[in-house]
Amino acid sequence: MSDERLLSPNHESPARPTLTRRAVLAGAAGAMGAAALRRAGLAQTPAQSTPAGKPAPPAEAMPPDPTRVQGRVPSELGQRSPHEQPRRRVNRAAPSGESETPLQDLEGIITPSDLHYERHHGGVPEIDPRSYSLLIHGMVERPTVFTLQDLKRFPARSQIYFLECSGNGFRGYRSIKPEWTPQQLDGLTSTSDWGGVPLSTLFKEVGIKSGASWFLAEAIDAAGYARSIPLAKGWDDAMIAFRQNGEAIRPEQGYPARLLLPGWEGSASVKWIRRIEVSDRPFMTREETSKYTDPLADCSARLFSFEMDTKSLITFPAYPIVLPERGWWEITGIAWSGRGKITRVDVSTDGGQSWQPAELQEPVLPICHTRFRYLWNWRGDATLLMSRASDETGYIQPTLAQVRDARGAGTFYHHNNIRAWRVEPDGRVFFGLEPLA
Amino acid sequence: MRRDGWCAAGMRRDGWWPRAALVAFVLTLSGCRGGERQAPGPLARPERFGFGRAAAPAEIAAWDIDVMPDGTGLPPGRGTAAEGVTIFAARCTACHGATGREGPFDKLVGREPREGFPFGQDPRLLSERTIGNYWPYATTLFDYIRRAMPFDAPGSLRPDEIYAVVAYLLYRNEIVPEDAVLDAQSLPRVVMPARDRFVRDNRRGAEIR
Repeated sequence: MSDERLLSPNHESPARPTLTRRAVLAGAAGAMGAAALRRAGLAQTPAQSTPAGKPAPPAEAMPPDPTRVQGRVPSELGQRSPHEQPRRRVNRAAPSGESETPLQDLEGIITPSDLHYERHHGGVPEIDPRSYSLLIHGMVERPTVFTLQDLKRFPARSQIYFLECSGNGFRGYRSIKPEWTPQQLDGLTSTSDWGGVPLSTLFKEVGIKSGASWFLAEAIDAAGYARSIPLAKGWDDAMIAFRQNGEAIRPEQGYPARLLLPGWEGSASVKWIRRIEVSDRPFMTREETSKYTDPLADCSARLFSFEMDTKSLITFPAYPIVLPERGWWEITGIAWSGRGKITRVDVSTDGGQSWQPAELQEPVLPICHTRFRYLWNWRGDATLLMSRASDETGYIQPTLAQVRDARGAGTFYHHNNIRAWRVEPDGRVFFGLEPLA
Repeated sequence: MRRDGWCAAGMRRDGWWPRAALVAFVLTLSGCRGGERQAPGPLARPERFGFGRAAAPAEIAAWDIDVMPDGTGLPPGRGTAAEGVTIFAARCTACHGATGREGPFDKLVGREPREGFPFGQDPRLLSERTIGNYWPYATTLFDYIRRAMPFDAPGSLRPDEIYAVVAYLLYRNEIVPEDAVLDAQSLPRVVMPARDRFVRDNRRGAEIR
């Protein structure tokens, strides 16, 4: 709930005991990035245990030669390989807490639904879909109640969008802790195929009165979470989403139905939505005044700062990876913009002295994570790896100094400055901001 | 050979589709007239589907709990700081401390820094934001307490109790006098110290702002 708790670099949730460095390395193949570690040739042996999962089977339980015995029969519900244990990182195990997506464990652009980040204000409510309804009232011709079945009967639409918490990246803006992982730095962003009914369809159904310009979106949770949204966004591309990656939306993401505002800060896409009130002005709730406003260097604070600025992050190599040898490595990561398509990502392997264009992996979709790749021949020297994204508005991801200059060192939310990874001659990789000079 | 075959197929399609579109268009028109043989397509989409049911005024009233800066939505009732002391001690101190400053959750009370609104300049001030130095509207307090507080029993305070807690918090923040009576008329008239500090978003892409 309070941002300062979010900020505390030493805060560990009770559910996640402090790990020794040895334990982190031993469990790394399971908890910290099995895929990435495997790429790096560091995961020749299975993890002995994971902090969050069950202990791996002992050595004598090694399976027989798979070419000599029949394998498992089909099952009703698929499971991950026991050798793959990607986990969200619970930053605060509280109703007003959050958990972060393991960006270093993922490839491509889609976030598996059970690894989508969480940020709640009153916990995850239990909602019976049979009694769920959405009320739309206020400045409308026909105040209407829609059941879930009603919503699903309208012509549907689905599109792949990223969703990002506006506080994402605060760690990389305020200070440096070398042992931050991609998950800790920017794990409050995820990408899903969202499906539902366009809000414009519902607006036509209820008839918006002339003079209306805003609407309140309100949740069924214990916070009665509520945000004012410009009506134009509802006519443009907002949707009431009830599908995520093809199936019903997960409880943590708003089951049975949520508002989805493409490209806007995640906190405005109200989950578990039960009420929309159309108005001719904003409501000025706590979550759009006391919170989710951005203090600026000119002694003001920005209200309704919805759009997510262009951003990118290298997810490999990154802490806790140790590169075992010099030579060819593929640097990869994600770039995204709330204003449209990513048009370019440049990578620097020399601390920002020179930049080269990275390859953008298709599909490159608007308002979506975009995978980039850059082939790098590491000669074994100490250096800084950085990425810099641009979008179709011409915006170029700024340096830390540029953001501080524009918004101030004390600003909060919308932290999209360039991130850097420091590579040591021994192959260890640590988080490090780019040189300020 | 194969290449020619593909080209030929493409030509056949090119010749065929305009006719199909014309037939579909004619069918759509006749469908509209006859009311029975309506062809699928954009013209078939109704202005409204008629799904959902009319909301009754009573069910709207039961859910419509928001309060706006001009006081719209404030219920009848009244409260004073003296009444709010007891409620705050019983329901709020576990999270906000005995004087509203000790935590462990948000600091509620405090006017410093009184001048300049330097929150964007100084990272140390992030956890110093309070009702007194940062909240722009007093009505937001009523709205938020009614919907979300107290944390262990949201929605459990009666309107009189909420007015009283709001009066207490505004008094402790040196915004209203100790004997102020807050109700649906007086609360919207309270001017918060930070009200004029908030500006609309001026980011439009392209530039770093």
